Amino acid sequence: MSTATASSRNGRTSGQRLSRWLSTNAIRIYAVIGFAYLFVPVAYTFAYSFNNSGKSNLNWRGFTLEKWSNPCGAPDVCTALGNSLKIGLIATVVATVLGTMIAFALARHRFRGRTATNLTIFLPMATPEVVLGASLLALFLNAGINPGFWTIVIAHVMFCISFVVVTVKARLAGLDPRLEQAAMDLYANEAQTFRRVTLPLVAPGIMAGALLAFSLSFDDFIITNFNSGDVNTFPKFVWVSSLRGIPAQANVIASAMFFIALFTVLFAQLVAGRRRKAT
Amino acid sequence: MTVAAGIGLGERQAGAGAPPPAVTERRSRRKLTPYLLLVPGMAWLAIFFIAPIVTLLSTSTQTRPEGAEIGVFTQTFRFANYLDALEGYGPEFGRSFLYALLATVLALAISYPLAYAIAFKAGRWRNLLLVLVVAPFFVSFLLRTVAWKQILADDAWVADLLRALSVIGPQTHIINSAPAVVIGITYNFLPFMILPIYASLERVDPRLMEAAGDLYSSALTTFRKVTIPLSMPGIVAGTLLTFIPAAGDYVNSALLGNKDTTMVGNVIDSRFLRVVDYPTAAVLSVTLMASILVLVGFYIRRAGTEELV
Repeated sequence: MSTATASSRNGRTSGQRLSRWLSTNAIRIYAVIGFAYLFVPVAYTFAYSFNNSGKSNLNWRGFTLEKWSNPCGAPDVCTALGNSLKIGLIATVVATVLGTMIAFALARHRFRGRTATNLTIFLPMATPEVVLGASLLALFLNAGINPGFWTIVIAHVMFCISFVVVTVKARLAGLDPRLEQAAMDLYANEAQTFRRVTLPLVAPGIMAGALLAFSLSFDDFIITNFNSGDVNTFPKFVWVSSLRGIPAQANVIASAMFFIALFTVLFAQLVAGRRRKAT
Repeated sequence: MTVAAGIGLGERQAGAGAPPPAVTERRSRRKLTPYLLLVPGMAWLAIFFIAPIVTLLSTSTQTRPEGAEIGVFTQTFRFANYLDALEGYGPEFGRSFLYALLATVLALAISYPLAYAIAFKAGRWRNLLLVLVVAPFFVSFLLRTVAWKQILADDAWVADLLRALSVIGPQTHIINSAPAVVIGITYNFLPFMILPIYASLERVDPRLMEAAGDLYSSALTTFRKVTIPLSMPGIVAGTLLTFIPAAGDYVNSALLGNKDTTMVGNVIDSRFLRVVDYPTAAVLSVTLMASILVLVGFYIRRAGTEELV
């Protein structure tokens, strides 16, 4: 294209060019705004972890690194965090094992009661948390069990199982069954086939299910609040202190968790990408 | 696919004539395997999910005997509990479903273009953007809701900006209002909407859209007749994953709303944990769960996908 026509076009229709650029890039602009919406509250949480706040952390009082150097400075915050991590780990392990077993049964076997099983897996995901929490508390109270650490673990395993089943089942459904048949044809017995072929192929799905379970457990507030008794978890700590002012240490811990999780995921992606390139 | 493979394996064994004893033994073990795999997990769900729901049903018709201690209720099968509670808390129910519906529609409007951009326009940034969609999840959702409290506060920049643009009057508050609650709910469940839509868009073959264009379909018609129908499973999954928790949420209403934005979740929470009125809390829980299941059932049937179950 000659420069003359190009420049004359520039001169004539800069307004049109702008609207054209806007319409071809509308979706990208929209996406940028969407991501801004996603991240503004995260940015606030991060920024206020540097706030030189007193009791309440709602207004900006100046920059300080003091909260980052002393994340356990506020009373109870680290006990609550420790409980959340412990509950999250135990619930994740149990839910992942139980959920993976169910996923294998559903994906690999035909049996009576399949529909009922599928429904029982689906229902907890279709039940609002407040109903799950309230009904479980009603059960514990009727049975004379005082809510505490283990009732939280029980509740978390209960609502995590379904998510693990769905995640692992999706991975199993995507597997090529011929790989396992090939292993059997090459005289591997069932146990060997399972250990050497099936399990490594399903591992990413199990991993994804476990990560999902941990993040659901760690961030759960509503069900926990019903079934925790006097035991404090991190979300419960935030909720209770939101009435009289959340210490900035909570923001420090949330921000730290955010960056640890983000870097872990990015690192895993990077390693997976390298490995894919290498093969 | 996997079921077919199972049948195939079975046939191969069966085809070998009369099975030797070892094979019959293995086959009967094979029949037992699914149940052995299911029992621990399903027992957990039976004890800690189904039994509680049954307990809840039974609690919902109990009453407190005259002069009994606080927290003591006996079964009297008083079904009028339902009428009483629904009469007393009708507005809360209406609000829960209205806010959840608004938040779901808003979340869909925000998420669809976003998922579309990640699936078709992001190129090699796709994985990074997906991580960024999930990333806000890692910050405690209560703290993010508290952040909205700060963002929407009367003296914060959003309110200043809207006042300067005369979108809202000088005396109007955003915080502690119904719009603030809806904004909070929309934000909270956004990744639940984006991810399923992205997952179904990612599977759409872009050549199908090109083909529609080649057959003289306008961009809008292509989008309406090709892209949207193909991504329907994602839309259904996303709207359900947003609507269900949104209808039961009470955190946003408690932190961002006022006494006129109370939702069913708030009532259940306070009846259960503060007022110690278990029957009313149970009635409201049962009704909430039942109405959500009915709505979901209708919706799945109309949308014509049962992929979720």
